[in-house]
Amino acid sequence: MEIRENRLEIKDFSLYYHRTKALEEISMDIPEKKVTAIIGPSGCGKSTLLRSINRMNEMIDGVLTEGRILLDAENIYDRSIDVVELRRKVGMVFQRPNPFPKSIYENVAFGVRMGENKQAKGRLEEVVERSLKEAAIWDEVKDRLQRSAMELSGGQQQRVCIARALAVEPEVILMDEPASALDPIATAKIEELIFKLKEKYTIVIVTHNMQQAARVSDQTAFLMLGKLIEYGDTATIFTNPKNKTTEEYITGRFG
Amino acid sequence: MKLDPKNTQRAAVAVLGSATLLTLTALIFIIVFVLEKGLPVLNWSFLTGAPQDMGRAGGIFPAIAGSVALTVLAVLLAAPLGVGTAVYLTEYTRESRLTAIIRFGADCLAGIPSIIFGLFGFILFVTILKMGWSLLAGGLTLALMILPTIIRTTEEAIKAVPLSYREVSYSLGATRWQTVYKVILPNALPGILTGVMLGVGRSLGETAAVIFTAGSSLRMPASIFDSVRTMAVHFYLLAREGISAENAYGTAAALIIAVLSVNLLAYWMMNRMVAKRT
Repeated sequence: MEIRENRLEIKDFSLYYHRTKALEEISMDIPEKKVTAIIGPSGCGKSTLLRSINRMNEMIDGVLTEGRILLDAENIYDRSIDVVELRRKVGMVFQRPNPFPKSIYENVAFGVRMGENKQAKGRLEEVVERSLKEAAIWDEVKDRLQRSAMELSGGQQQRVCIARALAVEPEVILMDEPASALDPIATAKIEELIFKLKEKYTIVIVTHNMQQAARVSDQTAFLMLGKLIEYGDTATIFTNPKNKTTEEYITGRFG
Repeated sequence: MKLDPKNTQRAAVAVLGSATLLTLTALIFIIVFVLEKGLPVLNWSFLTGAPQDMGRAGGIFPAIAGSVALTVLAVLLAAPLGVGTAVYLTEYTRESRLTAIIRFGADCLAGIPSIIFGLFGFILFVTILKMGWSLLAGGLTLALMILPTIIRTTEEAIKAVPLSYREVSYSLGATRWQTVYKVILPNALPGILTGVMLGVGRSLGETAAVIFTAGSSLRMPASIFDSVRTMAVHFYLLAREGISAENAYGTAAALIIAVLSVNLLAYWMMNRMVAKRT
């Protein structure tokens, strides 16, 4: 049997928003249990690309896609794919911490409660504890699980949101600028966490912060105007980029 | 003539302030006027007793029962239908010409005078469907009347639920219905209740639509096929036919207290819910 190292493969993927082409024939292999960063100037399509991986763009009117995105060798845009199932495999953390106005416990339990995994439902307390521990927030909230998640600080809320995504046991976690609304200390905690999470999960992170991309990621993709300009090892991209535009962007000449 | 900013500011405060004061005065005047005339009549036996001699003497209990029954029936019919329509329009369809037409229809329905609803209810429910003057016919008519309000307020409440809640819910693998049921409706509930309470208020105070469809029987209704008289209709008939001005005001006072209590209760419930969710 063939051993697949690339669980996630994007193949000639294009996305149109009404008549504008927002992503142009993007191809990239995203390695398993690594952190892949997507960087690029505002409006380059990095969030759009990220949201294509769990088909979140479908919520927007007028979006059309071409090409394929393969997860475990299956095209997620195939008609046979159940989008609900897909989103359980591909979790997402958003830019702003967005807990539900519910208790911390109920926030983390939400995905499990919505699912059909009877085993996980039966051990809900365990699942919540494990997820909060994985998200490195357990010690801070274990005594107030029944309190509203809205009472927590922004950084804590974001880690609860990460725990909420982990609770459904995804394979891939998409992070859309997960630290951009947080202060430096909370950001450092999230970055540490990302570093730990890649032992178990494949992570794709969008960031406009290049230092962050350099710190946390193994692979970096540079996008501009909907095109993939350069993609490779983070070390190479940041020290020895092949493309002149990439170099100009990471040295801060524009962006 | 040009006013300097300071004077414009003063003028604005004066105009807006007196507008508010005028509104408040009108409200307080009505309440005080009705209560002053009606309260002396209000007592336990008036509220719980049966009317005698067409309402010249005795109490108004059947009318209270009629108002409550009719309102509850109307809300039970209209709330699920209205909320369902609103959910469908906002969450299950994309904005199109069709949704615009449905919305326009709902708005038109909201603007139709209640007596037209009464006439319609009389022709359809009372006559064609042979329900007679009954709780059922009245409830159906009132339900139609308050439906647009419930649809529109629910729609607004649903739209006010942050998009990010929907995104999170879908990203965690919730289905559309789970997202509606577990995320959107609970968060829209205070707004939905506002719409329902507006409907309750309108039902309680309605006369024209009710008199044609539920009739004006002074007896206690035993089933939904019986005719009932509501407090509002009772008041109207007592005053209109010069039966008893005293008891008319008593009924009006009871009605106004009922409407105020419903509003206060709704207000309290909404505040509690909003407080719980933040």
